[in-house]
Amino acid sequence: MAVKKFITGNFEEEAVLFPAVKKARRSGYKIHDVFTPFPIHGLDHAMGLRDTSLHTAGFIYGITGTSTALGFITWALTIDWQLNFGGKPFFSLPAWIPIMFELTVLFAAVGMVLTFCYLCQLAPFVKKDHFNPRSTDDTFVMVLECTDKTNEAETLAFLQGLGAKDVQVQHKETGWWLGRYDKDTMRFQKKAEVAAH
Amino acid sequence: MALLRYESQVRPPLVEGDKDYHQVTEDICRPVEAKPSRLWWIGFLISAVLLAFGILSVTMEVMYGTGQWNLNRTIGWGWDITNFVWWVGIGHAGTLISAILLLFRQGWRTGVNRAAEAMTIFAVMCAGQFPIWHMGRVWNAFFVLPYPNTRGPLWVNFNSPLLWDVFAISTYFTVSLLFWYSGLLPDLATLRDRAKEKWAKAFYGVAAFGWTGSTKHWQRHEALSLVLAGLSTPLVLSVHTIVSFDFATSVVPGWHTTIFPPYFVAGAIFSGFAMVQTLLVVTRKVLGLEEYITIEHVDVMNKVIVLTGSIVGIAYLTELFMAWYSHVPYEWFAFKENRVNLASPYGWSYWIMMGCNVLSPQIFWFRKMRRNLVVTFFMSILVNIGMWFERFVIIVTSIYRDYLPSAWSTYYKPSIWEVGFYIGTFGLFFTCYFLFSKFFPVIAIAEIKHILKRSGHKYKDGMTEIEHESVEVFADHHGHDHGA
Repeated sequence: MAVKKFITGNFEEEAVLFPAVKKARRSGYKIHDVFTPFPIHGLDHAMGLRDTSLHTAGFIYGITGTSTALGFITWALTIDWQLNFGGKPFFSLPAWIPIMFELTVLFAAVGMVLTFCYLCQLAPFVKKDHFNPRSTDDTFVMVLECTDKTNEAETLAFLQGLGAKDVQVQHKETGWWLGRYDKDTMRFQKKAEVAAH
Repeated sequence: MALLRYESQVRPPLVEGDKDYHQVTEDICRPVEAKPSRLWWIGFLISAVLLAFGILSVTMEVMYGTGQWNLNRTIGWGWDITNFVWWVGIGHAGTLISAILLLFRQGWRTGVNRAAEAMTIFAVMCAGQFPIWHMGRVWNAFFVLPYPNTRGPLWVNFNSPLLWDVFAISTYFTVSLLFWYSGLLPDLATLRDRAKEKWAKAFYGVAAFGWTGSTKHWQRHEALSLVLAGLSTPLVLSVHTIVSFDFATSVVPGWHTTIFPPYFVAGAIFSGFAMVQTLLVVTRKVLGLEEYITIEHVDVMNKVIVLTGSIVGIAYLTELFMAWYSHVPYEWFAFKENRVNLASPYGWSYWIMMGCNVLSPQIFWFRKMRRNLVVTFFMSILVNIGMWFERFVIIVTSIYRDYLPSAWSTYYKPSIWEVGFYIGTFGLFFTCYFLFSKFFPVIAIAEIKHILKRSGHKYKDGMTEIEHESVEVFADHHGHDHGA
């Protein structure tokens, strides 16, 4: 990951944000992201993001749990150590349903949360660059990425025309690094320091 | 698109007052960012003392065995398992509110779900203590896990409801915790970005996992919440069903009934909502969150209480009728002599249960009573007492006189250490709740913002004129648009 140049604009109303996102996309700007304090339904479609496949992953984790439970209990009670419980068959499927169900839910939930954290790069001590601290409070922050072809002045004016406030150019790291939010250490700065020594 | 979503004027607002997004953040973060009040310290210290007493009680039990609890060969389950079922039941409301009500699109859940979920987690933590310490040789507690051991390997009994319980409770705890914490991430990020003090920046920085509020992340977050809700819904029902199997699959008169699963689940929701009321009636007042946890919220939860209380009442009467109708002498004896008969050694507990759970909640048929905070608080305590006695009735009155009169025992009285253990779990529960209410936002900030423009008082007023538009114009302008 690297430090890139971005142009950011703040919005306060969903009603202004939606047309702005659509227009920016139609005009061929590269929308890096829109940061919002709460989920805004339909914004992902407006930005042209594809649907998440997290559900599918959850389904796969779930059936893994079911088959783990069924497979393991079958092996343990019919092959490895047969125990006679009140003359019932060794393969007593109905009695195993509760544990099969619980393991389905457990695998699906744990698997999905881990996948979610992996995809969104979320973990304790993960630190990222933020464009505007108010994007977790009351402001929607649209971030356009500057490429070689971007005309900076034109883009700034364009965003302003869409109703954005505090339009500005920002240089930000797009990746994550291990760090704490009470210290200003950044991975790329550290690298530069190491190179200097 | 003037509005993202329209909600009828018929529905009362869920957020009172003149709020915008920033004001919501301010209101909910204020108690977290302020210094703890004297009241908080007093409550916290009392809880810590209770917890310490609980630790002492458990130490006594571990040193001298479960005999310290006055348990004997006839009454092997006394207060301990009663308390276990009671706490697990309380732990059902949080996930019910956050999962089932999410699937049912009940907007009012947003005001109460965070605190209710936290309560769930703490209640399940308390519940888990009882079966573990009840083992006596607690250092062998890991024997309940199916791990390759040097005894064969001898596997655990997968056909036993007690083992199902191990899986059900541990899964329930894990999933509730994940659900709760994944919902907390955005709000912790809000606190992180507002933090001024160094410790707060460090603490919320670590706790928020580096959440940014990216649209893609929100999209995944929504998908995750929905699927976790879908998974938790049958999970909630399964957990208390399995707890009821601990009794229902046995042959003890009074336990061996097929009505137990739905009856236990209804009872769990009943007691869980009562505990949510107990906590939130106080929390909203102390933290000044009356505009977010409104009388409207209290009202709907009281409706759930009267509904589930009545379901429980019908279940009591049904099992009583079936005991008589079955013509099984032992079953009928358990009900007639051990429970209904007020003169029997534990007959009083049956009538406390009936009074608290079936009769008293009927007061909530009256709207005025549902919206009275004092009545609500008093009733919530009464329901929890009643639900404790329900479990006591089921456990003790069934086993103290079952088949052989020579094996009967009416001498059971709880010991100081048994009661102390119970009090200790209150200490654990409230210590956790006090810490939670100090360091975490007790209301889901992002979720309130999500419903604000639909259900906020200020915004609902603006919707009146829209209602006069023709259906076609209305659908065109204000329908729920997925950004087509």
